[in-house]
Amino acid sequence: MAQPYVRIEGVTKTFGEAAAVDNVSLEIQQGEIFCLLGGSGSGKTTLLRVLAGFETPTDGRVFIDGQDMTGIAPCDRPVNMMFQSYALFPHMTVEKNVAFGLEQERLSRPEINKRVAQILDIVKMSAFLGRKPHQLSGGQRQRVALARALVKRPKLLLLDEPLGALDRKLREHTQFELLSIQKKLGVTFIVVTHDQSEAMTLASRIGVMNHGQIVQIGTPLDIYEYPQTKFVADFVGSVNLFEGRLVEDEADHVRISSAELGAMVYVDHGISSPPDATVWVAIRPEKISIERAPPAARENVAQGTVKEIAYMGDMSIYIVELATGKLVRVTLPNVVRRAEDRFTAEERVYLSWHASSPVVLTR
Amino acid sequence: MQALRKHAGRPIVIAVPYLWLVVLFLVPFVIVFKISFSETRLAMPPYAPLIEWRDGVPAAVKLYFANYRFLFTDRLYISAYLYSLKVAAVSTLWCLVIGYPMTYAIARSTIVWRNLLLMLIVLPFWTSFLLRVYAWIGLLKNNGVINNVLLALGVIHEPLTLMQTDFAVYVGIVYSYLPFMILPLYANLEKHDPTLLEAAADLGARPWRAFVRVTLPLSIPGIVAGSLLVFIPAVGEYVIPSLLGRTDQLMIGRVLSDEFFANRDWPVASAVAILMLILLVVPIMLFQRVQRRELEARV
Repeated sequence: MAQPYVRIEGVTKTFGEAAAVDNVSLEIQQGEIFCLLGGSGSGKTTLLRVLAGFETPTDGRVFIDGQDMTGIAPCDRPVNMMFQSYALFPHMTVEKNVAFGLEQERLSRPEINKRVAQILDIVKMSAFLGRKPHQLSGGQRQRVALARALVKRPKLLLLDEPLGALDRKLREHTQFELLSIQKKLGVTFIVVTHDQSEAMTLASRIGVMNHGQIVQIGTPLDIYEYPQTKFVADFVGSVNLFEGRLVEDEADHVRISSAELGAMVYVDHGISSPPDATVWVAIRPEKISIERAPPAARENVAQGTVKEIAYMGDMSIYIVELATGKLVRVTLPNVVRRAEDRFTAEERVYLSWHASSPVVLTR
Repeated sequence: MQALRKHAGRPIVIAVPYLWLVVLFLVPFVIVFKISFSETRLAMPPYAPLIEWRDGVPAAVKLYFANYRFLFTDRLYISAYLYSLKVAAVSTLWCLVIGYPMTYAIARSTIVWRNLLLMLIVLPFWTSFLLRVYAWIGLLKNNGVINNVLLALGVIHEPLTLMQTDFAVYVGIVYSYLPFMILPLYANLEKHDPTLLEAAADLGARPWRAFVRVTLPLSIPGIVAGSLLVFIPAVGEYVIPSLLGRTDQLMIGRVLSDEFFANRDWPVASAVAILMLILLVVPIMLFQRVQRRELEARV
């Protein structure tokens, strides 16, 4: 692998007693879209601000393109940032806002005009050249903010909740545009978001943050299908967690007895865990089948009663209560249109899943 | 019925301040305006009526423009007007030069410090304005605090003449009016979004450039409001130049009071007042325009 474009080495940032970022190390390759995903207070924004130079790390170092960024002011870093609030200059027109960064480089006026026109064309805002920010809609402001950050041709663009202020339809649309612009310009993106679907669609890799630490790094698929901790499993998507005890621990399979589930779980891959340890079985709602007739298999089956149904249009969410009292969440796509075949409340059902579906977590 | 009762309070709320302004500002202004066109005479009141009455009906209106003509023929008035404008302009500039960095620092400090510092700015108002100007006499006079300290330190060997100079007037006005510069400026600077400066830095602007390109233009409404709140009353300032200022060059406020009380020439005094108002109309209108724009920008 090539030398990483961004290298974060043991960065810690404390505010008073509390560590907002706690000994984070991270490597990001050129051309990647890396998402820092976490809840509020997880330290993701602080880490981004350390990269931009707005916060000085208490400990650790940041390298960008092999250069140590310690002691380098924000205005001298080869990095641009798109702010969550967009931070457009309210007294300047769209054109002036975008030109601001180039003027600081003391480029010639024709060169500035050319590049401003180019980037505004890319974000499709050429028609709004003379407008002031308060005359623009939220989506238009987002584009101007993006153009203003990109016009300096940074090798690294930091985006703080880039789609947070947009409504849902616009978000989806903008996500794909952001991807195509990123591909066209070959910029490395680091995106901070609390929205897992945003991270899923944008990111080539996701770093999940909790309490100032990166708890897992991986592709969106890795993070979703192979979470390593209960926190990640629960934070990214929804999940059913059953506490259990490892009763059979082989290289190619394990068996877990779960009192919460009231059944035995057979998993078709081995795990690394001390025998007899307490483990958690995580199963995604869409990986559970729901049937009226008892399935043939004896393992990976549970019986329960439908308690609640949420009709979402494309799919329905069923909350099923097991005999043990544990509630299980199951999602099912609404493949057929007719309503009479669907399960009804208080109906007795069987839940089952494939042996490859459960993820066994030890912490 | 319901709607009627709900809206009954509205006209009252609007009427009260208007009534106040009409009775205590517009009516006196019309009276002064009227007197400024009268002829002086030794009587009670000391001016001739504008309208001549014959058999209970108004027969003739006699407008007397000589008062205004007089203002332009006697050097005293022109020079007093120009001197007042100069003193007000220079004082305003100093208030801005001193007040802007102060306000900027206050707006940037933590919330606890901010409230404390703002309170200190307003604190002098708790003492009588007159007393505070008198206190400056104690500081500036020949055997006053400043001269005594400088003499004791050996910096000077003879007392400096500080009193009854332009310098003393500037010190008095800048000292007294500084809060009027700081408060509107603070109201503006405090609203600035700090991420705008971060954005400017992120785009490659050094702190000074970011200040000039972002903070300064955004604070222009505050600068204009503060400057006019200092400039407008400073033009007509009476107490400070009377106590601290030169005796060979009067400001227009002093001229006005002398005409009125010493000369008992009410018509000329009125003309002086009207002309001063005309001079101030331009800055007052500018002030209102800026305020209106500020309000619109907030919507």
